[in-house]
Amino acid sequence: MIHFENVTKRYPGGHEGLSNSNFHIAPGEMVFLTGHSGAGKSTLLRLIGLLERCTRGQVRVGGRNLAKIKRGQIPYHRREVGMIFQDHRLLHDRTVFDNVAMPLVVAGLRHQEIGRRVRASLDKVGLLTKERAYPITLSGGEQQRVGIARAVVSKPPVVLADEPTGNLDPALSQEIMDLFIQFNQVGVTLLIATHDLDLISRMDRRILTLSHGRLKRDTPGKAS
Amino acid sequence: MSLSKPKLRIDTWILRHLQVALSSLGRLCRTPLATLMTTAVIGIALALPTGMHVALGNIQQLAGGWDGAATLSLFLKQEVSEEQAMKLSNRLGTHPQLAKVQLINPDLALEEFQRLSGFKGALQALDKNPLPTVLVIEPLQQYSTPEAAEQLMAEFNQLTEVDFTQLDLQWVRRFHAITKIAARGVIVIGVLLGLAVLLIVGNTIRLEIQNRKSEIEITKLIGGTDAFIRRPFLYNGLWYGLSGGILAWLLVTLSLWMLSGPVERLAGLYRSEFDLSAIDIQTLGVLLLGSTLLGLFGSWIAVGRHLSDIEPS
Repeated sequence: MIHFENVTKRYPGGHEGLSNSNFHIAPGEMVFLTGHSGAGKSTLLRLIGLLERCTRGQVRVGGRNLAKIKRGQIPYHRREVGMIFQDHRLLHDRTVFDNVAMPLVVAGLRHQEIGRRVRASLDKVGLLTKERAYPITLSGGEQQRVGIARAVVSKPPVVLADEPTGNLDPALSQEIMDLFIQFNQVGVTLLIATHDLDLISRMDRRILTLSHGRLKRDTPGKAS
Repeated sequence: MSLSKPKLRIDTWILRHLQVALSSLGRLCRTPLATLMTTAVIGIALALPTGMHVALGNIQQLAGGWDGAATLSLFLKQEVSEEQAMKLSNRLGTHPQLAKVQLINPDLALEEFQRLSGFKGALQALDKNPLPTVLVIEPLQQYSTPEAAEQLMAEFNQLTEVDFTQLDLQWVRRFHAITKIAARGVIVIGVLLGLAVLLIVGNTIRLEIQNRKSEIEITKLIGGTDAFIRRPFLYNGLWYGLSGGILAWLLVTLSLWMLSGPVERLAGLYRSEFDLSAIDIQTLGVLLLGSTLLGLFGSWIAVGRHLSDIEPS
């Protein structure tokens, strides 16, 4: 599903966010990405979501070479890749429902279809009763679940998460991980960047470890 | 997975535009003060050229009343008797190019002059009536052009009874020239203020884009196309333009209404039935369509310049 071949990302000024990385994530895999701060986790995710383009090498997602995607096609690529952020990136002047509905509105779905799908997604993350609430009135864990509902509402085949449990206590983090496992069980390919080593050791999944922009270890998991 | 643009049904497309249009209107209504101020600036900027255009139209209409009537005044010599004048008047009455001949008797003229001018005392001091007999001649419509009227004037100057002929065309011509300059001036001012509206809307939309930076970023992250992101801003500009145009119309109408009383009194003093005419439907159409397009175009420029600067990080 996700192929990296000799991928290097060099920023202006010479700093390499990612150096000569090679890996392959199969469809339906759930993979953790770890490493110290600045190891290149975010850079790697940003390359997959086409927030940035690699300097050298080739990134392929769903069989498509990302270098061949023109600027105008990027939105359509991003609809296939759900993204979850540490800071949730919710719009605070809109209700939970409207936040989750955004990807569907953007994709031009019909009104009834949007309502049905948003509620299904909110139900999955356990926030159906909060659909009319504003994000600011929710707890950190709830806000993150809204962010997750938004990332999966359009049923993308790939979901990326950048430190999704960064601000959460262990119990809430575990809840979030349980959600990810549920998505993985229905075939979603997940790539989760985190430096919560306790958590990922409990999960027992494949782990990609980055250090200074290089892929240092690729530890297979037993659970997947 | 295909990256091509999905085909939308036409009714879905219309519905989406309607939704965006209404939600952008709603957004403007939620900040009434800011919206009102921007609208007021646009409205005033557009009211100025519109008001001048309407005023000019009124003046031209007023001049139009005088235009056709290229009246000739034949001032007869003092020694011409009343009887001779009468004969001349009758003779000219059968002239094929004339519509009307009116004889103004010097005694009657003096009487009227005394009554209206307020120089009664001074005029009574004169030992004889200084006023000549006057024949006021109105040519037929087809001989009312300046050229034809001038020919007639030359013809009447040959008459022995006539002292001199006066043709009141020169000032009409000058007046036309002045209104032409004024009309050109209105266009120049209109273009300049239209440009100002463009900049006002552009700047307002630029600020709006900055205020909604995070929303734009998030929309780009979840796969919103540029067209999708652009749309609410374009509708914003459109609403600003349209409401500014409506405000300009109201301002001009209000101003005309305030002027109509005094103008009527002034016209009354000139024994004219002139009435200030309001904005006609064509001007209104041009005003509203023009202001809407200016708003749309202004926001188009701002959006084109600033939207691509915002990329999600």
